[in-house]
Amino acid sequence: MTTLTLGRALNEGMRRAMEDDPKVLVMGEDVGRLGGVFRVTDGLQKDFGEERVIDTPLAESGIVGTAIGLALRGYRPVCEIQFDGFVFPAADQIITQLAKMHLRSLGAVKLPVVVRIPCGGGIGAVEHHSESPEAYFAHTAGLRVVACSNAADAYTMIRRAIASPDPVIFFEPKRRYWDKADVSTEVALSDLPDLHAAQVVQPGDDVTVLAYGPSVKTCLEAAAAAATEGRSLEVIDLRSLNPLDMDTVEASVARTGRCVVVHEAPVFAGFGAELAARITERCFYRLEAPVLRVGGFSTPYPPSRLEDHYLPDLDRVLDAVDRTFAW
Amino acid sequence: MTIDSMRGRPPEGGPAEPGLVQLLTPEGERVEHPDYPLDLSAEDVRGLYRDLVLVRAIDREAVSLTRQGELGLWASLLGQEAAQIGSGRALTAHDMVFPTYREHGVAYCRGVEPLKLLGMFRGVNHAGWDPAAHGFHTYTIVIGSQTLHATGYAMGIQRDGVLGTPNAGAAIAYFGDGATSQGDVNEAFVFASVFNAPIVFFCQNNQWAISEPLERQSRIPLYRRAQGFGFPGIRVDGNDVFACLAVTRRALENARTGQGPTLVEAFTYRMGAHTTTDDPTRYRLRSDEEAWKLKDPIERVRAYLRRSGLVDDAFLASVDAEGKDIAADLRTRCRALPDPRPEAIFENVYAAPHALMTEEQEAFAAYLATFEEEVA
Repeated sequence: MTTLTLGRALNEGMRRAMEDDPKVLVMGEDVGRLGGVFRVTDGLQKDFGEERVIDTPLAESGIVGTAIGLALRGYRPVCEIQFDGFVFPAADQIITQLAKMHLRSLGAVKLPVVVRIPCGGGIGAVEHHSESPEAYFAHTAGLRVVACSNAADAYTMIRRAIASPDPVIFFEPKRRYWDKADVSTEVALSDLPDLHAAQVVQPGDDVTVLAYGPSVKTCLEAAAAAATEGRSLEVIDLRSLNPLDMDTVEASVARTGRCVVVHEAPVFAGFGAELAARITERCFYRLEAPVLRVGGFSTPYPPSRLEDHYLPDLDRVLDAVDRTFAW
Repeated sequence: MTIDSMRGRPPEGGPAEPGLVQLLTPEGERVEHPDYPLDLSAEDVRGLYRDLVLVRAIDREAVSLTRQGELGLWASLLGQEAAQIGSGRALTAHDMVFPTYREHGVAYCRGVEPLKLLGMFRGVNHAGWDPAAHGFHTYTIVIGSQTLHATGYAMGIQRDGVLGTPNAGAAIAYFGDGATSQGDVNEAFVFASVFNAPIVFFCQNNQWAISEPLERQSRIPLYRRAQGFGFPGIRVDGNDVFACLAVTRRALENARTGQGPTLVEAFTYRMGAHTTTDDPTRYRLRSDEEAWKLKDPIERVRAYLRRSGLVDDAFLASVDAEGKDIAADLRTRCRALPDPRPEAIFENVYAAPHALMTEEQEAFAAYLATFEEEVA
């Protein structure tokens, strides 16, 4: 057991995957000598060489498109997109090619490509550096979409993602990169938790709070605050958006009868809408109130001086909890 | 003041500036090029001729089948046979092809059954062959995407450490003149160049991107784009199967021996429509088509064969007959292609089990079963 930041845990996870499998490559802008703009790939090029940790030209479509070609040749590329808002130039390669080649080839082609995307706000950045594009990718069949929320999970999830025979879009909560946790780095790959299993990170009885990525910590803080007022929130870290572990969600909501979904992306047509619809289908007669959503507004991500108003915080989560009881 | 977006003379002769590598004139006369010697036996030449005739027969049959409602669409290669057979016959088993959706001749060279190509356009599947088994990747519909896949694959060849050995292969990416405007193609040029990847970019400049002429894609000859990215570009007569073979062979050999990428521009003409839904009479002149007909890739090889006394009428007739037989067989088998089972919608979306997919698949199967119960 070691205490690591989330960023370092990802680094250790990639390092371990590269040690275990010479076909694992890391590629992206600045991932080599600089170690990535968040230093998540720090030291990997020094230890594994320029042929395996590739500083690419500044071209996102090129990064993902060539990663597809490398995967066709038997490699397992881990691409880094520098910031969430920069993934869109690569969206065509991800959506029309990466997601569909296995199907197109009737299963003959497997593309074990991971696309890492630092996501979300809260670091005072400029435009295009604080977005939450997960719904675009969760909507695309053929992709697996996951989001880690803490260092321990980050380590296991990146290893599982790299081992996946399917393409994985891997969201990393950039404002949590520096949060520390105890990480078991000695666990064998086969003993790691399922990449797609949701986890109850705070058991509770009154309301189910669903979150992923950067919002999980916010919801845990909300649960702690609610506890002082005598309310027991059950916080579930979804971890995976596609596929979605609905059994864990249903088991909780069926028991609590109330559910609040929290994410940073705009609420309208966001991932919370999918959750609300599915929970309604599965738990209709057991719900005491509609599923409520807390998230970003239907606006572009605002200038950083306004982001505290945009991002769901502890108070907005608790406000939604109150509303589920007022129904 | 109005804006004339076509104003200004393209520099140095414009995008169609000639300067082709040619080894066989349109009249069927063999010529030499100092940089591209080509030594072909009589058997080799007859083989190339047969390839050209057969892929034209396959293509013609597919067009007919489309007109008769058996295929939803077809992208004809008519006029581009030499570019495809010439380059396709330059490949070895170690090379990997990344085609668009028009490379039926290259597919033929790689042993992909024409019926598999027809199946895709009939809507049976999205591509029914194993790319690794044929060294021929799936067709790519989105323009230019495959050039990056080819470049990445070439980077993989580099990493395998086989360049310069007898096991070395290269990647070859096919695309058209319109694709050169795409960002992905330009990104592929950058990656290939800075990593010195073993790849040949084979552009079939057939003069038209659906209805848009070459002048709408470039103000310079396409092969000269390569210079700006730092690797060689060469323009070859795309209707000359000998020249296409020699130039591609050289470019592939350079790639396999670690000398990096080459852009080959095969200067040719799409004699048919872009696809069977297109109407070229709306955007181009009949006289242009007539002029290009005089450069027909098959006619010139036939003229050469006759001129050289390498064939007799019986051989030519036998090749024609073989083409007819292949077409007839293709027609029969195409019509017999069954629709896929409805459950196939869910198959191969993921490589590993996926909970949502399984749930939907089971629900759909149960739904379908209700109809069977009704019938019973």
